Amino acid sequence: MAIRIIAAEASDEQDTSQTKVFSMKGNAAWSGPANLLSSSFVFFLLPGSAAPGSHRVKSNPASSEQEPVTGSEQSWMAGLLEHPGYDEERLRRVSEQLPCRELQAGLLLSLMGQPQQYCYPSLFIYGHRASGKSHVVNVFMKDLELPHVTVSCVECVSVALLFEKVLQSFFGGDAASLLPRSPSLSDFVRIYRQQSSQSPAKQTRYIVMEKAELLRDADVNLLPALLRLQELVKDNVSVILLSEIVWDKFRPNTGCFEPLLLHFPDYSKGELQQILSTDRHPSYSAEFYSSYINMLLGVFYPICRDLRELRHLAALNFSKFCEPVAAGKVKETDTHKLWKYIEPHLKKAMQTVYLREVSSLQWEQMEEHETGALRGLSAHTHVELPYYSKFLLIAAYLASYNPARTDKRFFLKHHGKIRKTNFLKKNEKTSNHLLGPKPFPLDRLLAVFYSVVDSRVAPTASIFSQISSLVTLQLLTLVSHDDQLDTPKYKCAVSLDFISAISRTVNFDIVKYLYDFL
Amino acid sequence: MSKRKAKDAHLPIGECINQVHRILRKRFCHQQLPDKPEGLEAQHKHLMDLLKRAMVHGESNSVLIVGPRGAGKSMLLRSVLRDLSEETEVQKNLLQVHLNGLLQTDDRIALKEITRQLHLENVVGDRVFGSFAENLAFLLDALKKGDRSSSRPVLFVLDEFDLFTHHKNQTLLYNLFDVSQSAQVPLAVVGLTCRLDVLELLEKRVKSRFSHRQIHLLTTLTFSQYLDRVRAQLSLPNGFPDGKFVEEWNATVTTLCEDTSVEEVLQRHYNSSKDFRSLHMLLMLCLSRVSVAKPAITPADLQDASRLCLADAKANMLHGLSILELCLIIAMKHLNDIYEGEPFNLQMVHNEFKKFLQRKSSSLYNFEQPVIMKAFERLQQLELIRPADSSSAKTQREYQLMRLMLDHGQIMEALQKYPQCPTDIKQWATSAFA
Repeated sequence: MAIRIIAAEASDEQDTSQTKVFSMKGNAAWSGPANLLSSSFVFFLLPGSAAPGSHRVKSNPASSEQEPVTGSEQSWMAGLLEHPGYDEERLRRVSEQLPCRELQAGLLLSLMGQPQQYCYPSLFIYGHRASGKSHVVNVFMKDLELPHVTVSCVECVSVALLFEKVLQSFFGGDAASLLPRSPSLSDFVRIYRQQSSQSPAKQTRYIVMEKAELLRDADVNLLPALLRLQELVKDNVSVILLSEIVWDKFRPNTGCFEPLLLHFPDYSKGELQQILSTDRHPSYSAEFYSSYINMLLGVFYPICRDLRELRHLAALNFSKFCEPVAAGKVKETDTHKLWKYIEPHLKKAMQTVYLREVSSLQWEQMEEHETGALRGLSAHTHVELPYYSKFLLIAAYLASYNPARTDKRFFLKHHGKIRKTNFLKKNEKTSNHLLGPKPFPLDRLLAVFYSVVDSRVAPTASIFSQISSLVTLQLLTLVSHDDQLDTPKYKCAVSLDFISAISRTVNFDIVKYLYDFL
Repeated sequence: MSKRKAKDAHLPIGECINQVHRILRKRFCHQQLPDKPEGLEAQHKHLMDLLKRAMVHGESNSVLIVGPRGAGKSMLLRSVLRDLSEETEVQKNLLQVHLNGLLQTDDRIALKEITRQLHLENVVGDRVFGSFAENLAFLLDALKKGDRSSSRPVLFVLDEFDLFTHHKNQTLLYNLFDVSQSAQVPLAVVGLTCRLDVLELLEKRVKSRFSHRQIHLLTTLTFSQYLDRVRAQLSLPNGFPDGKFVEEWNATVTTLCEDTSVEEVLQRHYNSSKDFRSLHMLLMLCLSRVSVAKPAITPADLQDASRLCLADAKANMLHGLSILELCLIIAMKHLNDIYEGEPFNLQMVHNEFKKFLQRKSSSLYNFEQPVIMKAFERLQQLELIRPADSSSAKTQREYQLMRLMLDHGQIMEALQKYPQCPTDIKQWATSAFA
């Protein structure tokens, strides 16, 4: 039997495993735009109840219509996941773990066929983030005990790691140690063949590749070879690729073996509600929790359909929702009043915790201490700079956002005649605050600098080193080549808010000098 | 055809279905060799003659099999090799070396693989060779000595031949062709490739040593032949244990292929591609629906399978976007219309979106810039928008120029299918002047 690769496998009892699998997935596979803040997910299950096992109550007569899976539905679902060659009891357990994914799971299972039969050489499963792709596949692999290896392409920074993982889980550690130091695909296929001739596959072996879009950045031959691995190693092996990017963006330019495409559609609003309602708090009724989820979706559904994110937000804000009830101000059934209490709170959550401005832990502390005025991450933009650096940055900003032809008008005392009509004619498309900063040469930066700074400043080495240290601080960016010494070109990379704050500290009115705000 | 089988004991239906799955899955997924290559008789004969001459008479030859993906190149070669191996004379002599351009990515690896496949590791041992040619010559010499009849023919099969042309100096190809030209060891080189211009990739000296024999596998399949092929692919063979079931199954397959709706579906697939692979994919999807409860393929199955195959993946992805992300896409579409495909940045998109919101005078979608930026980044992760230039690290995120990777039709279609799409957003999308 296969050795399980994912380390984040808790000892799961059956009735709690669903929440656990999701939370584990949240930790392992999360790589959002703010992935440096992903540690906030650690506090995923904190509020309300520390133990995820207490989330579900097994028998609650009042909640029977709210439970996602009623008795009759369950048998229907189990009927869908019926396939010869697999243990029925196991299939029933599997289908219980896959709410709202019955169709996809059924299709996948029927494509996989019986364990002894051949499966299609490669399957490509795509769908939005948190649409249950890896969950469905992992539940199948684990609970049906199929020989498999799950590989995240994020972790496999070199192909050697991938080969080692595959060989180790299929044939044990001895096989993996046969690999040479920097193995090529040829070595891998040779050793695989050698091993599989000794222990041929009794059941289809599955290689599950998560985040398969990263395979495109790997060796050019890797993806085409993986897609036809069954043919290359002459073994009953099937590669399952999971990705949120469509297959069209994967295809190499000379073509390859086309995988079977499977789409996991997004959850509808009803399905999201159903799934989110499953991890309700035991001390409150099901209707209460589901009305809470309804309100949460009312606020967040237009911007976010990511189940993981919504789940996280639901867990974070539930204690706030319960507060008026616990204080005895509102009855559980009075949804209108509850909405009035929770709505501003949720709106605030959208601007803070959804954007990872404050971490989940901070958010909870804010709730406890009733302090709303915690400064988020982006409030910390204030930077202490030396006096001349401030002026250099201001000069850079002016040079970047003003067209060069207006410099005369802004910075020269006797600029002669500039026709005003011509000068002020500008349409929206040419507004630099819409188009972004323009590059400027060093000479112009210095010229503007000398005209904005009051005192006489000598162009010492320190001035020039301040310019280059502004580049290292990423407040300026060098647009021309790095090695250019004469007239390098720069761009200013700070926002208007930032530069206004800086110019306020040196008593300089920057808006007066900006062409866009004239 | 199955009359003599009729007397066999009937198997339970579950067992029959099992067998059907086993046989057909092997055919579709595992690329099992058919008994006869259909429609490739001429090519089969040509290759057969060529290889036989090399194997029996010791002529050296080189040939390229060229054809699009899924046209049956490997199948042709494998069936020729199977037929060849039935002849005792060839069987005794022939040595095969199979190389794949995907695996043997440089000449050093390829040479090691050749040594291994010729079982000469112990001969080469730790000896150091000056050049590649020397090493190869030694290998081939060793073959001569190894057998009493001093010329044992070697067959080199180079799969993904075009990838071998990317090796440094094309040393492997040069040496192989050189040996096959200079009448030393009888050597047949067979290359398989899907590139028609593969000869242009060869260096001059390599090209001149190549015999310029090419076998083209360009399918000249008519639609009726295509239908026959579908029928043949789905039919069960004679060796099936339950004769009665085979009869029933084959009869349903025949009626299936005569159904007009099925023909329509197949015509659509025929128009898009004629290769085996895409056909196998379609039939595999049909087969996966066959179960004990439904022991035959119905026209509805085929239609569903076809819908799965031909589904537009981008439209599927657009369906799952949130309202905000969809609004951004509409704004991008307007920008594309107004400025004729010029790249845009987040500020412009946001500006366009704000204009829409002002017009509508409702604060329902009034989100702050960071929320919008998050949605914008999500679109970039899904590769629905792509940076116009590669210098991504150097500009601020809101000023990075982007291009939309969707066309007008896709957006409008997605809007039509979008669940509970607000009417004003639909109107905004259709109105040209926002």
